[in-house]
Amino acid sequence: MSTTATRVIVTDRKAPSGRSLFRKGSPELGTRPGIRARQRRESLAGYGFLTPWLIGFFGLTIIPMGWSLYLSFTKYNIFTPPKWIGLDNYVRLFTNDPSFMQAAQITLIYVLVGTPITLAAALAVAMLLNYRDRGSGFFRSSFYAPSLIGGSVSVAIVWRAMFANDGPVDQSLSFFGIDLGGWIGNPALVLPAMILLHVWQFGATMVIFLAGLKQIPKELYEAAEMDGAGPWHRFRAVTIPMLSPVIFFNLLLGLIGAFQVFASAYIISNGTGGPAGMTNFITLYLYKRGFSDGQMGYAAAIAWVLLIVVAIIAFILFRTQKSWVHYSGDNR
Amino acid sequence: MSTTFGQPAIETLAHNLDARPDAPRPRRRRIKRRTWQTVIWAIVLIALTALVLYPLVWLVFSTFKPNAEFGQSIAILPRNPTLDNYATVAQGIAGVPMWKFFLNSLIIAGGSVIGTVFSASLAAYAFARIQFKGLGILFAAMIGTLLLPFHVVIIPQYIIFNKLGLIDTFVPILLPKFLATEAFFVFLLVQFIRQMPRDMDEAARIDGAGHWRIFWSIILPLIKPALITCAIFAFIWSWNDFLGPLLYLTSPDNYPLPIALRLYNDASSGGADYGATVTASFVALLPVLLFFLVFQRFLVDGVATQGLKG
Repeated sequence: MSTTATRVIVTDRKAPSGRSLFRKGSPELGTRPGIRARQRRESLAGYGFLTPWLIGFFGLTIIPMGWSLYLSFTKYNIFTPPKWIGLDNYVRLFTNDPSFMQAAQITLIYVLVGTPITLAAALAVAMLLNYRDRGSGFFRSSFYAPSLIGGSVSVAIVWRAMFANDGPVDQSLSFFGIDLGGWIGNPALVLPAMILLHVWQFGATMVIFLAGLKQIPKELYEAAEMDGAGPWHRFRAVTIPMLSPVIFFNLLLGLIGAFQVFASAYIISNGTGGPAGMTNFITLYLYKRGFSDGQMGYAAAIAWVLLIVVAIIAFILFRTQKSWVHYSGDNR
Repeated sequence: MSTTFGQPAIETLAHNLDARPDAPRPRRRRIKRRTWQTVIWAIVLIALTALVLYPLVWLVFSTFKPNAEFGQSIAILPRNPTLDNYATVAQGIAGVPMWKFFLNSLIIAGGSVIGTVFSASLAAYAFARIQFKGLGILFAAMIGTLLLPFHVVIIPQYIIFNKLGLIDTFVPILLPKFLATEAFFVFLLVQFIRQMPRDMDEAARIDGAGHWRIFWSIILPLIKPALITCAIFAFIWSWNDFLGPLLYLTSPDNYPLPIALRLYNDASSGGADYGATVTASFVALLPVLLFFLVFQRFLVDGVATQGLKG
């Protein structure tokens, strides 16, 4: 300890350039260049460390974004140069493309139904796990496992088999006298099956909720109980406000993540988006337009619509944040 | 910027995951009620666990079912267990043996781990420990990419890699990993490095150590747990990735497992080998499941710390 302290005293007096730092406080003596040189060196080091990220950020994100915005105003099939057509792609999307309207519609249903159910299931199970400590490690891991593999092709294949005609789900239901004849081939039931696959992956959200619940001081519940608050009232008055930052975080990432579902829709429909377009999520439609039909400009317009919708949702959430997200002072 | 996520609350959460709840102080007459509550609680949780794990258990047992048994009964156990499915799967599909798909997946996932850990830790150190001009705006931009749908950039990226003649190579899949394009990892490491006390690196600076030295000999060893979390997630995510390989890999020789599975899936829709499809799915999932069993603590805590989505 003492040696370090000595060194502090010795070396702190000199800037790396060897100029005395005692003159630092008096700019007229001309020591600012020394500080500026140090700042420049720091900046240089910063950008040195950031080089890979910067190349990726500009080369693979910013420039491609600008490019895809440009392409969205063109007709482009990769083989001939892009042809500027102004807003035609966007006009066509919203006025003359029933497939897109359907894709947008089922994607919205998937997001707006799937995300709240996932959050509710995650919170309910997190509260169950928080209630007692017994075996919590095992339960936590079991519930978490699906969120790690849920987006994989393997699980999509399992889902396809589970909900197929004569699959385990169909057979169990007919055991109770309900005969739905398979969910995957049924336009009315394939979207619910997809939403169930989404809800099944509630584990990651649940773990975040659980960590948030452990942070709520027990005294708050005790005080509420003293005041005669029942379980429901305690949930409304203590749990929800105290958990609101975590709910906000899960809601934001949940909504944005749900918009981007692709692999499971592709596998369950064999890349067709069927039956009757009911698994033709916006990302799958984009893929088909851009990479199967070679309408790159049109696909870029779809991507920008997706981006704008996601941005609007994020904006609204951040805007309404103040009214319902409660940050306690000491967490800042 | 991170505070906009409600992050401060979440940062420290993981440490409390295993905090024991306050010791119960039950009065005697309450004990009986609490016991009953615990029993009901356990039954509900076990039932939920069974429901959630059912598809996985079904998958494991189905790999031993002969084709004729699919769709025949609700029984989860195979009536006439067989290893035929595994023999079929080992032969591969489209003239490519299974081990080749496996190897391709390993190369892609292994490369992703190396690239991600390397590039994300460099960027995270800069964001967390160096005061450079433009730090604020670049950090905000990095956070912004967290929320950016990947699909906005796939078309230009595809065109770039196509022009460079890199289609049907692993480069378009691996290069982004070496350039830290997945902001989640940078963000996770930034949060972790910020929690590290600054005493050591300040002492090292005073001793004349540069940023590289501080990064390499002080920060990297300190953040090893976070690096391991990143490595595991990078592996599993790229192992499971579908869209990237679907776009960029065209010849079956280069297919990783998810794309190979698509071949089985397509074939089975024509009424072909159901057992082989399910078994190939299980084989593809096996490394992830093993990773999960070994590293579950890291994964669950990593999620709790940073709100990573699996």
